Amino acid sequence: MGKKILLEHLNVPGINTLDVYRQKGGYSSVEKALKTMTPAEVVEEVKKSGLRGRGGAGFPTGLKWSFLFKPEGVERYLVCNADESEPGTFKDRFLMEKIPHSLIEGMITSSFALGAKTSYIYIRGEYFYVARILEKAIDEAYAAGLLGKNILGTDFSHDCYVQIGAGAYICGEETALLESLEGKRGNPRIKPPFPAIAGLYGCPTVVNNVETIAAVSSIINMGGEEYAKIGIGRSTGTKLISASGHINKPGTFEIELGLPVEEFIYSEEYCGGIVNGNKLKAVVPGGSSVPILPAHLILKTEKGEPRLMSYESLSDGGFVSGSMLGSGGFIVYDETTSIVKNLYTFARFYHHESCGQCSPCREGTGWMEKILHRIINGHGKASDIELLWDIQRKIEGNTICPLGDAAAWPVASAIRHFRSEFEEYINHPEKIKDVKHYFNLHQLTT
Amino acid sequence: MVKFNDETLALVHKIMARYPKGKEKSALLPILHIAQAEFDGWLSPATMDYVASILKIQSIEVYEVASFYSMYNLKPVGKCLLEVCRTSSCWVRGAEDVVKHLEKRLGIKEGETTADGMFTIKTVECLGSCGTAPLLQCGASYHENLTFEKVDALIETYRAEGKRKSYTDLDWNNTI
Ligand SMILES: Cc1cc2nc3c(=O)[nH]c(=O)nc-3n(C[C@H](O)[C@H](O)[C@H](O)COP(=O)(O)O)c2cc1C
Ligand code: SF4
Ligand code: FES
Repeated sequence: MGKKILLEHLNVPGINTLDVYRQKGGYSSVEKALKTMTPAEVVEEVKKSGLRGRGGAGFPTGLKWSFLFKPEGVERYLVCNADESEPGTFKDRFLMEKIPHSLIEGMITSSFALGAKTSYIYIRGEYFYVARILEKAIDEAYAAGLLGKNILGTDFSHDCYVQIGAGAYICGEETALLESLEGKRGNPRIKPPFPAIAGLYGCPTVVNNVETIAAVSSIINMGGEEYAKIGIGRSTGTKLISASGHINKPGTFEIELGLPVEEFIYSEEYCGGIVNGNKLKAVVPGGSSVPILPAHLILKTEKGEPRLMSYESLSDGGFVSGSMLGSGGFIVYDETTSIVKNLYTFARFYHHESCGQCSPCREGTGWMEKILHRIINGHGKASDIELLWDIQRKIEGNTICPLGDAAAWPVASAIRHFRSEFEEYINHPEKIKDVKHYFNLHQLTT
Repeated sequence: MVKFNDETLALVHKIMARYPKGKEKSALLPILHIAQAEFDGWLSPATMDYVASILKIQSIEVYEVASFYSMYNLKPVGKCLLEVCRTSSCWVRGAEDVVKHLEKRLGIKEGETTADGMFTIKTVECLGSCGTAPLLQCGASYHENLTFEKVDALIETYRAEGKRKSYTDLDWNNTI
């Protein structure tokens, strides 16, 4: 059994309530930080822990916090990114739904470290019922003196609110999120200035993922150095992975970073192997934006070393033979999957979600969707593969926000690793009918 | 006349108070959700103008936001908007078959509404529930690990209830 921190008490009945959560040691980080530490000491512990952002980019959290601008008399904000719309990712929902107080506790301790009097949790609108769970937890925390004026009798006062989104993947991008939180369209801002200097309402702001903020509590409780001993190398701690696709046990798992990918896919403790005993074909290891890898490259690196669930190992080989840990949205595809058709669902997604500000992203995502649509319908042209390659190249790096790159990478990696499948579709359109198809794991056509 | 009742209006003002003075526009997204739930499941120009007047902003500021986010309906929809996720993890586990099954059962195509105004079928992007695919959302509820039998039962239940389903069905007042 790997080390569990965030989900240690998952199966304790009533862990979603304040009483049980506190019986299990909950809110002790608030107690410890507010009563025995200075904000700078809290930041220092987070730095020592080596914690890296769990929202996708993996940026060191302590370092990010230390960039926060602190002019006299100007409000600072902590904003929690609970937008979770990256296809394949549903770990934050799981954590908030099952152990809502772990996020609220992290919000208080982190806000103390940052000197934020107010914090907002921005949650995607579809998770309305989760927002309600969080609001209940917040009410309980206010009633117990853990939020509001003079928390636990100290000088620190803090208010925390939940804000509901309304269906837009782009609002997960931190500056689009801030725009949305200000009641506007979710158009990403041009950086600089970064949110640490001018974020919400123009004030210095830190935006962190749900899991990042929840991890802060354990770091303060056990100490940064202890936390850094968990995991492997610069991938410290544990990570929530949401696994879906053709596996026997889809769900959210907490793993210690460094777990071999093969063990994650095949062991009963995690994914439980591939459905129907089928062969593994490919994996998208970190949410739809990261490169897809064929079975041989996800189980082992190009050098033949076992691939591990860590920031470094998953990106070993760069984009030529590697991928990324990303958000931890682990999508598994078995031998029956059409990589081209699957890519079409991603291309359609990015076209749908582009905010439309930059022409390479707005137009390019539409073109890629259109070309893939004709390929999967048997009307592909021989030149389409090069055309797709060319379009993704021209989007990457030429846009205001990383959604453009996120739209380009899946296309590039699918062509890189599965070019022959594109050629089959284009040269032998009659074979498209042969694609096997499942409904709820029952094969419909062969 | 488009107007919230006193209870709803109190809730709206409570939400506006979460933001600093002068930044009440931040409440626009939650208020639009409430307005959509209260006024027949969609945002008519009159509804949007009314929301603008509450927040003391220009109507265009409401229109541009309402048209950006996919959860706001700018045209009338059925009482039960059946939103089926179609992205990768759901696609590999049969989302297209759920849509086809719904189309056959309800006698309409994706994007259409039944003649009795009860159901609309819509395909949407990842709902953050990829591990329980295939699934659909209706109002605040997720219906996961769908089978054709589950879909049929759901339609029967909703038809018998005859009620409009909203994202905000879960009792805001008791929580906010
Ligand atoms: C298009 C796009 C979507 C994103 N979606 C999310 C998201 O849903 N949740 C999240 O935490 N971060 C998301 N991010 C990353 C955020 O911009 C930001 O890096 C993150 O919230 C920082 O928190 P962390 O350092 O704790 O990971 C997204 C980024 C982009 C470009
Ligand atoms: S890259 Fe795409 S989503 Fe990002 S700002 Fe440009 S158009 Fe909008
Ligand atoms: S892909 Fe359907 S819920 Fe994520």
